Amino acid sequence: MTTLFGSGIKRREDPRLITGTATYTDDIKLPGLTYAAILRSPYAHARITRVDVSAARAAPGVIAVYTGADIKDKVAPVPCAWNVPNCDLKIPAHPLLAHDKVRYVGDGVALVIAETRAQARDAIDLMDVDYDVLEGNVDPEKMTRAGAPQLHDDVPNNLAFTWVVAGGDANKAFDGAEVTVKERIVQQRVIPTAMECRAAVASYNKAMGQLTLWVTSQNPHIHRFLCSVMLQIPEHKIRVISPEVGGGFGSKIPAYPDEALVSFAAMDLGRPVKWAEDRSENFKTTIHGRDHIEYVELCGTKDGQITGLRTTVYAGMGAYASTAGPGIPTILHGLIYPGPYTIPNVLGTIRGVYTAGAPIDAYRGAGRPEASYLLERLMDVYARKIGMDPFELRRKNFIAKDKFPYTTCTGLTYDSGDYNIAMDKALTMIDVPAFRQEQAEAKKQGRRLGLGMVSYIEICGLGPSQVAGAVGFGGGLYDSAIVRVYPTGVVRVYIGAKPHGQGEETTFAQIVADEFGYPVENIEVLSGDTDNTAQGWGTYGSRSTAVCGSAVKIAAQRVKEKAKKIAAHLMEANEADLEWNDGKYSVRGSPDQAKTFAEVALMANLAWNMPAGVEPGLEATAFFDPSNFVYPFGTHICTVEVDEATGLVTVLRYIAVDDCGPLINPMIVEGQVHGGIVQGLGEALWEIAVYDESGQLLTGSMMDYAIPKASQIPHLETAHTHTPSPVNPLGIKGVGEAGTISSAACLVNAVVDALSDYGITHIDKPLTPSRVWAAIQSARQHGNGSANGNGAAIGTNGAVKENGR
Amino acid sequence: MKRSVILNVNRIARTVEVEPRSLLVHVLRDDLNLTGTHIGCDTSQCGACTVLIDGQAVKSCTQLAVQVEGMDITTIEGLAPSGALHPMQNAFWEKHGLQCGFCTPGMIMTAVDFLGSNPDPTDDEIRHAIEGNYCRCTGYQNIVLAIRTAAEVMRAQSAAGQPTSEPAGESTQRSPLPAAEPAGAGV
Ligand code: FES
Ligand code: FES
Repeated sequence: MTTLFGSGIKRREDPRLITGTATYTDDIKLPGLTYAAILRSPYAHARITRVDVSAARAAPGVIAVYTGADIKDKVAPVPCAWNVPNCDLKIPAHPLLAHDKVRYVGDGVALVIAETRAQARDAIDLMDVDYDVLEGNVDPEKMTRAGAPQLHDDVPNNLAFTWVVAGGDANKAFDGAEVTVKERIVQQRVIPTAMECRAAVASYNKAMGQLTLWVTSQNPHIHRFLCSVMLQIPEHKIRVISPEVGGGFGSKIPAYPDEALVSFAAMDLGRPVKWAEDRSENFKTTIHGRDHIEYVELCGTKDGQITGLRTTVYAGMGAYASTAGPGIPTILHGLIYPGPYTIPNVLGTIRGVYTAGAPIDAYRGAGRPEASYLLERLMDVYARKIGMDPFELRRKNFIAKDKFPYTTCTGLTYDSGDYNIAMDKALTMIDVPAFRQEQAEAKKQGRRLGLGMVSYIEICGLGPSQVAGAVGFGGGLYDSAIVRVYPTGVVRVYIGAKPHGQGEETTFAQIVADEFGYPVENIEVLSGDTDNTAQGWGTYGSRSTAVCGSAVKIAAQRVKEKAKKIAAHLMEANEADLEWNDGKYSVRGSPDQAKTFAEVALMANLAWNMPAGVEPGLEATAFFDPSNFVYPFGTHICTVEVDEATGLVTVLRYIAVDDCGPLINPMIVEGQVHGGIVQGLGEALWEIAVYDESGQLLTGSMMDYAIPKASQIPHLETAHTHTPSPVNPLGIKGVGEAGTISSAACLVNAVVDALSDYGITHIDKPLTPSRVWAAIQSARQHGNGSANGNGAAIGTNGAVKENGR
Repeated sequence: MKRSVILNVNRIARTVEVEPRSLLVHVLRDDLNLTGTHIGCDTSQCGACTVLIDGQAVKSCTQLAVQVEGMDITTIEGLAPSGALHPMQNAFWEKHGLQCGFCTPGMIMTAVDFLGSNPDPTDDEIRHAIEGNYCRCTGYQNIVLAIRTAAEVMRAQSAAGQPTSEPAGESTQRSPLPAAEPAGAGV
């Protein structure tokens, strides 16, 4: 029988999605449903001196209004769940509604519940709040300086933490280095922009003391736990259901005040409450990503052997420590500094800084794209400085394939890898010497072409739990699955992961189908309901298939072992004499004596004739905790044309070779790669959350914040190599973030390549026409090598225009 | 201050009480329970709310419900007869033109309208045609592929004399109704 593993079958989740019959959170209606709206601060930093909600309370349809003062003794603050050790982390209280001070534009001030959505919105306009406006600032470097506004009384200089990663002796390496290159790199704030905004619906059964919360969540079990903290009710009294989720990219991992507010109101009023943010609310209050100001340097020999990497990073946390916020620029960033190279000496100092902007948390790749970006930028600057081919430089420093498992100087142990094969394959997809010739020809005609490349690795498949504990993550990183076989032989699989576009209803069904010799139609994968599985840790960090998929496989194997015992008993044969062929157990030597899996399932569920000591029923639960992270890798290459007159960058070709181990469903993997690359290109070319000096968000709508459109993106050319991981039974490495981790650096490398003879070594993303044009002008005038786009380019109105719609 | 309007939605006349300020998208979702039409923005950028009005793709967040009284409105739920799929829906499924599915209904409606005026488009033309529909998941590549695939299927169907972009039913407008394919066929 052919296996489904490796087959690009159509997705099982699609029929409901293409017919408009899927249920997203905002589609849910309940009898007696009420609607919530939240009054949000218009100031980045201000003291609240008076809140008058009397007119709102009296408005038509209004059922209740709550201010920060009303609820502060009834609920607990939003917890931060990543208590990174050894960095003097300070986590200030994050109240569900501000009662003394607001700390970013969008901070919640009051909650209104009304009979209709429109009435709730109308009531917001009737609220009257007096603010004593304070200085606000969203620049993580400036916020640490003397005289900067002080956001939280208990966090001096706004310094959330200082975290150091050190391996080898970087200072010594730099002291004696033949070559050193350095840059100031800004990795701008970006907005995840899942197409579905956040929403929550809460319903409270008073008789049972039971809260049901439907919420846009990538990890319903984590939401259950964090809501129990905020609401101060036991975890088993909360059922979190994450229905269809319209994309997350990290933004639906954290706990937000909003779902707790809606739950609180539902419990208080005894009526179900719905809240759904609109896009401008989403841009203001849903987490943002990245936000680093980095001083980075690389040293090595004249012939291209890297000897050290040093960084000083100001990492914006936003106004409060979000759920995983502190872990992103530390554990998920600094530890992976060596990338795919044998860098013996690393020293990174990361300062987490509270700023008067939306909280920063995991955005696709979370810390790892920032690490890959700074390293791959420096690699190109180094290559140019020593006159070495950038491919050659990478090859020279790659960890050799026979060195795995490989322990880096930062203490990570890479599971498996063969970095050269990915580069080799990428180089079969583009003729680099021919491109170089074309580039030279074009230049004669006044056209500027550039070629960029990156090699990357990433940490993903987040587990193991022991490591999670050691690095202060407030949870486990295993996952769980229940495989339940019904009397008629059909199968349901309940998982702790929560796919929201990744297609695991299909890939996990493929895993089970192969175990049972079944068509996938017999198997249904269910996720997103905390009442279905005891515990799971959700979908993020490219972990679902590597971790939860492995739990599914193990549970299916357990079911099959039991089925084999029962089959042997039914056929009065010795278990050792059974063969599994074509979806049937047969007795070796007498093939006519056989039982299909479905026949065994029926007998297991009827239990009329069970082997001694075997329990009735046919189901198994598995918890899988991997022994290590997995480390996918790859090489990406892109070519661009830069219009010198306007600064416009056009992407000509984009080639991606990714190695995420064996592929269960190549079609789905391709989709993940495409989406990831385009998100990275958005970050490289257009996307930036612009705040003005006072902390007003200028890119507060889709008119101003520019996510990629179909017409701006070339056809992507993708391929794979397949190096299995030894750390899980599927050999899977994970692919959800790969594209984003590599594409921003790849694009910027290509643009800098196009402009390198100006002496330009770096331009800060996003490479909008105005930034590229300014870099060219500045280089022409001053011979200025590093054209730092930030400072001057982030103005007020100019920056909005810069996003270029 | 509500007033009563009759909306022809998916070939059924529905009477709804709406406020004059009610947007079509809200009426479809909240009053008519047609939640397949999504809301992705508040500035008419994203296209998640796209429906067909008299056969033309329109962002339903740009219309007041009172403005479209008497016009034929088709939402994703009515694109194909119940239990069947429009070739465009089928192509999105076949070619993995969706991930989270949130943009998908609007994207499909735009694509259906587009093929009505350009039955044999190039990839470049497709990419421009869907500029007003954002997708954050797919990177657009498989959406382009799906639309091109649907175009091939629909051209073949119309060459064979099967109705694709021609009216099915009494509507005299350019209608998106397909030659139906059974839903759930194969994997
Ligand atoms: S909701 Fe209508 S265009 Fe975005
Ligand atoms: S499939 Fe998720 S936004 Fe398009």
